[in-house]
Amino acid sequence: MRHDALYTVTFSGAVCIVCAVLVSSAAVSLKEDQLRNAALDKQRNVLFAAGLAEPGERLEAEEVQRRFEGVRQRVIDLATGEPAEVDPLTFDQAKAAKDPDTSREAPPNRASVRRIPNQALVYEVVEGGETAMAILPIQGYGLWSTLYGFLAVQRDGNTVQGITYYQHGETPGLGGEVDNPNWKALWPGRKIYEDSGTPAIRVIKGRAGPPSESPHEVDGLTGATITSNGVSHMLAFWLGESGFQPYLKKFREGQAE
Amino acid sequence: MKSSSAKTLLDPLFESNPIALQVLGICSALAVTTKMETALVMCAAVISVLALSNLSVSLLRNFIPSNVRIIVQLTIIASLVIMTDQVLKAYIYEISKQLSVFVGLIITNCIIMGRAEAYAMQNGPLDSLLDGIGNGLGYSAVLMATAFLRELLAQGTVFGAVVLPKVHDGGWYNPNGLLGVSAGAFFIIGLFIWALRSWKTDQVEAEG
Repeated sequence: MRHDALYTVTFSGAVCIVCAVLVSSAAVSLKEDQLRNAALDKQRNVLFAAGLAEPGERLEAEEVQRRFEGVRQRVIDLATGEPAEVDPLTFDQAKAAKDPDTSREAPPNRASVRRIPNQALVYEVVEGGETAMAILPIQGYGLWSTLYGFLAVQRDGNTVQGITYYQHGETPGLGGEVDNPNWKALWPGRKIYEDSGTPAIRVIKGRAGPPSESPHEVDGLTGATITSNGVSHMLAFWLGESGFQPYLKKFREGQAE
Repeated sequence: MKSSSAKTLLDPLFESNPIALQVLGICSALAVTTKMETALVMCAAVISVLALSNLSVSLLRNFIPSNVRIIVQLTIIASLVIMTDQVLKAYIYEISKQLSVFVGLIITNCIIMGRAEAYAMQNGPLDSLLDGIGNGLGYSAVLMATAFLRELLAQGTVFGAVVLPKVHDGGWYNPNGLLGVSAGAFFIIGLFIWALRSWKTDQVEAEG
């Protein structure tokens, strides 16, 4: 079929406008649901890390809210470990890490973290007026992707309560096994720091003993050495001096109140 | 339903399967078939995009200027894919997270453009809709069969339920890691094509 140029331009324009209106109305009308889902997913993973939800448990929105009542969100200053005067509900750590005004260049590290935000969002579980646990966001590079997760640390600022990853693109069945509840179950009770104070917790190749025998080591993921190393590197980084170590020190001394 | 409509709908399942005979859409078939749950959502997304794009292209076929028809088709397909992605993110967030970029990549899935160009541009809306659903089902049949074998053999589960308990978890099944990675899907799809062509020998290309 032959058409003149004006028809072609008008037709293309009309198609563009109709499609643009459809796409933007879908995006705008669904945005609220999407943001709520993303926030809910994060909260759910905080609960998994803290052991406040059973592995694999399906939690509805109301249930997540209910269990989250005992969790306090707090923005802290990474360098000092002191609480910062920032509203945790509006704080966006990913954004803060990109903005040169609110972040700094990371020292060379093996977790491929390029910028560290000046402030970070942590979750504290309050039980009977006492802070019982801190849940820290962690991220680092594995084999294919950046893994995002949470590490829950007990009151002593040294014992792991749990770990979870809520976003990654590792190979399913190999590196993707960071999601495996059986592997995650190996973490509680391990110690983060050596006596000298440097972070020592790491994922080894092969099998580690129970926490009493190998306090700083966790079984490697079969067939996923690079993802396993990625987990080790990101823990070494985020639990070290440029990460959450100052905060955990304060947390242990009970000054983080 | 007239028998020709039924043929339009059902032929793509085995007679002219988009993956096995037309060899389209292989990329996503490798990427999303590690788990049945993700494969099922991907199939639903592809079927709806394919049906709606065929329908809209067919409705517009007499108005689309032929010199810009490909780009008009692509605009329609891309809009449908973005909307599908938005809906998945809003209602089944966890699965859409696992599908990551692959829903967006439906835009580049050759089945959709192939059907719009080869069928919907020449046929009426109802037939095009059926052709879209049929090809979507043909794609889904291969995807679900592949996902079933991959999930069962690589993780010992079907839809997440344990069928073969893994040695690692105290069972007896030693999982096959090869099927967990994309290359494993090639073997399964290859075997599927072989089986199909042994059954329907007219699909075998002439040699030499």
